[in-house]
Amino acid sequence: MKNKVSKLYLSLVFLFLYAPIVVLVIYSFNDSKSRGTWGGFTFKWYLELFKDRDIKTALYYTVTIAITAALISTIVGTISAIGIYNMKTNRMNLFLNINYLPIINPDIVTGIALMILFLSANIKLGFSTMLLAHITFDIPYVILSVLPKLKQLDKNITEAALDLGATPFYSLRKIIIPQIKPGIITGFLIAFTLSIDDFVISFFTTGSGVTNLSIEIYSMARRGISPTINALSSLMLAVVLGLLLIINKRTTLQVKE
Amino acid sequence: MKKYLILITMLTALILSGCSSSQDETLDIFNYGQYIDEELLVEFEEEFGVKVNYQEYPTPEDMYTKVKAGGTDYDLIITGEYMIERMISEDMLEKINFDNIPNYQYIDENFKNQAYDSNNEYSVPYFWGTLGIIYNTEIVEGNPDSWDLLWDENYSGQILMMDSQRDSLASALKKLGYSLNTTNESEIEDAKNLLIKQKPLVMAYIVDEALDMMIADEAAISLIWSGEAVAAMGENDKLNYYIPKEGSNIWIDAACIPKNADNKDLAEKFINFVTSKKNTLRNIDYVWYSTVHTEAEKEVEEFLYDNPAFNPSQEKIDKAEMFRDLGDNLKLYDDAWTEVIAH
Amino acid sequence: MNSKSKYLAYPYSIWMIIFILFPLFLIFLYSITLRNANEIKTITFTFENFAKFFNPIYINVLIRSISIAALSTIICLFIGYPVAYLLTRINEENKGLLILLFILPMWMNMLLRTYAWMTILGNTGLINSFLSFLNLPKINLLYNNNAVILGMVYNFLPFMVFPIYTALNKMDRSLIEAADDLGADSFTIFRKVIFPLSLPGVISGLVIVFMPAVSTFVIPRLLGGGKNILIGNLIEKLFLVTRDWNFGAALSMIILIIIFISIKILNVLNIDKESGISL
Repeated sequence: MKNKVSKLYLSLVFLFLYAPIVVLVIYSFNDSKSRGTWGGFTFKWYLELFKDRDIKTALYYTVTIAITAALISTIVGTISAIGIYNMKTNRMNLFLNINYLPIINPDIVTGIALMILFLSANIKLGFSTMLLAHITFDIPYVILSVLPKLKQLDKNITEAALDLGATPFYSLRKIIIPQIKPGIITGFLIAFTLSIDDFVISFFTTGSGVTNLSIEIYSMARRGISPTINALSSLMLAVVLGLLLIINKRTTLQVKE
Repeated sequence: MKKYLILITMLTALILSGCSSSQDETLDIFNYGQYIDEELLVEFEEEFGVKVNYQEYPTPEDMYTKVKAGGTDYDLIITGEYMIERMISEDMLEKINFDNIPNYQYIDENFKNQAYDSNNEYSVPYFWGTLGIIYNTEIVEGNPDSWDLLWDENYSGQILMMDSQRDSLASALKKLGYSLNTTNESEIEDAKNLLIKQKPLVMAYIVDEALDMMIADEAAISLIWSGEAVAAMGENDKLNYYIPKEGSNIWIDAACIPKNADNKDLAEKFINFVTSKKNTLRNIDYVWYSTVHTEAEKEVEEFLYDNPAFNPSQEKIDKAEMFRDLGDNLKLYDDAWTEVIAH
Repeated sequence: MNSKSKYLAYPYSIWMIIFILFPLFLIFLYSITLRNANEIKTITFTFENFAKFFNPIYINVLIRSISIAALSTIICLFIGYPVAYLLTRINEENKGLLILLFILPMWMNMLLRTYAWMTILGNTGLINSFLSFLNLPKINLLYNNNAVILGMVYNFLPFMVFPIYTALNKMDRSLIEAADDLGADSFTIFRKVIFPLSLPGVISGLVIVFMPAVSTFVIPRLLGGGKNILIGNLIEKLFLVTRDWNFGAALSMIILIIIFISIKILNVLNIDKESGISL
């Protein structure tokens, strides 16, 4: 009995999680704009989606910024994490406390703080400011992912390598990095996910027509229901599902190895 | 290693491709939401070989804050007359070279020489309209004609108000018989309290969403601008619009050019492009707002002409007030409105 | 390697100063100065902005934000803990897939999913259309506090589940078996063994949910109809519409203080802040 209750409970929770998504997908095929009636099956919203300038621009900026910010922050974050790892405790703690501020701070405070910074320095809000903002809140998460892996490192191996004549740089490349690789990848993925989905911080630090998907959806949602949004979400779901299946396949393959 | 090199090269190419397009001349426009037929933007791009960056804002206050804070470089802003008045007084606008805008001759004289830009130096009228009430005839009984409908407890939870400072305060001020430009503290206090009293009856405070919500029968009554009302009535024939008898707000939206705009010339060309008779008619078709264009008005479709939302009576127009910039006294409204929404 | 490697972190320390510390300092500056202080010479320091906050209306907004956030957090805990527990009990084959399926909604845009609830809850939305179809009266599901709580729970549930799942997963099963062998019933095992061991995860979850819940402005904006605004909305309005940056900054400082206090309180129950994220 316990099993059935468990299964039921989990199913309900999953139902709750997926309900809005399913609704979005179904309505993307609804010929009627109205949310209450079904007007017939159609692909026209998908066609409109492809013609929509605003969404295409938003998508471009979203992906570009997410990848760029994630890459830069992963590199900087990893290097900094290695530096932090080698610090004395007191300094390390100070460093970490400041580092974790963007994680602890509410998005809105981080976003506004950065906006004030850029405006006070007379920098025009746009692509570069949004990118800088994303890097700022991505790096802490990278450090958060890499640091534990560094702590798990077997110090003996690195010392042995040095004793055997390896240069610090060589040991970094061939010994340290491979061992912390899972942390680096996790950090990159987290940074990427955060940047792709970010709304608040981007909202306050962008301008000049640079927009991202979240900001675009926000203004569309305030404007009224356009089923093109639904079409967009179906496509997003398809992409994400695809990624999920790929990841799942790869991990099960790895497990089998 | 090789994989990373390829990845980085691809990325650089991607980013650079985004950058190079900004080398075409770009016109940055800042406009109200849903306020232009976007096909016109595409046509302008093609005809003049430039790129158009089009951004929208919900209320003039949002726009003003963004522009005033710096960090923006819009070439052209379309906004309400009282906001233009303020920007002129704060030396935020460029004087327009009307030689670039021959279509200006077709703008109705009634919209020129207004208080907000008395010498017609800084702006070109775009659309005009009124503030009023739209309601669903199947739900609301009788023939309402007053601001009172927004405070009618029979329709509690079905009333929409605007998340727009001047407009919502105006409805309360007018209901109390005061001017919607008053700087009298006790009058503003009264209006604030009236709005706070209204809160339990209000379904939501929205801006552009009113249109879709009224069409979909989500709400029964809404404070609304005339153009939205015309559009809504076009899609849902159960709807009706009226300008309350106590008097309301008449407004003009106009195009202006912020100081130190990069592409002043191009902006002026755009204004001219959009105020041609043909393009004005196309815009009317999309936006449904009343036109300032004398020639276009002659060719407006009859059903629009018959619609009192599109074409209000002279009596209503005479009784209507235009928003004025309140200068430093705006703080009174700011505080009152912040209290209303925070309540 | 050891002594020199620490310099690797120095470039980033400069970044942190410019982009983390200095902006916060600017906010602090704004919160203690007056609105018209455009020139350096005329800066007057004042606590007026904070004093302005002690108006019943604004305190109400704060209380509302905290209570709604707290309520949402607790609901997340009650719904999320069983989910986390059940996820740990699934057999290895399906575990990975189910976890990925659980994460999947998070990969879809948060605004989109929140907006989708408007389609479901609205007067002419899915639920009410269904009710009308059955000739039942409509329910006001949208534009009120309940809708906001629903939105928060929906968005933040995974953030509650993951730390708890991680903590439960790391748990030594033999401890449960030992307790069982010693004659404890299920409830006692849960109370004395499982829950205490998962506590760090629970604390993390509470923090990770409460923080964004108390400061969000998107969810109340979309689902709350601008009626009962929360402190996030108020701050947004002050910065973007009313242009009272000083008061907005003061409110931001107040939120920061609240969050720091919450974390300190929960810290007392011991979080290992260096344990980080490990999947």
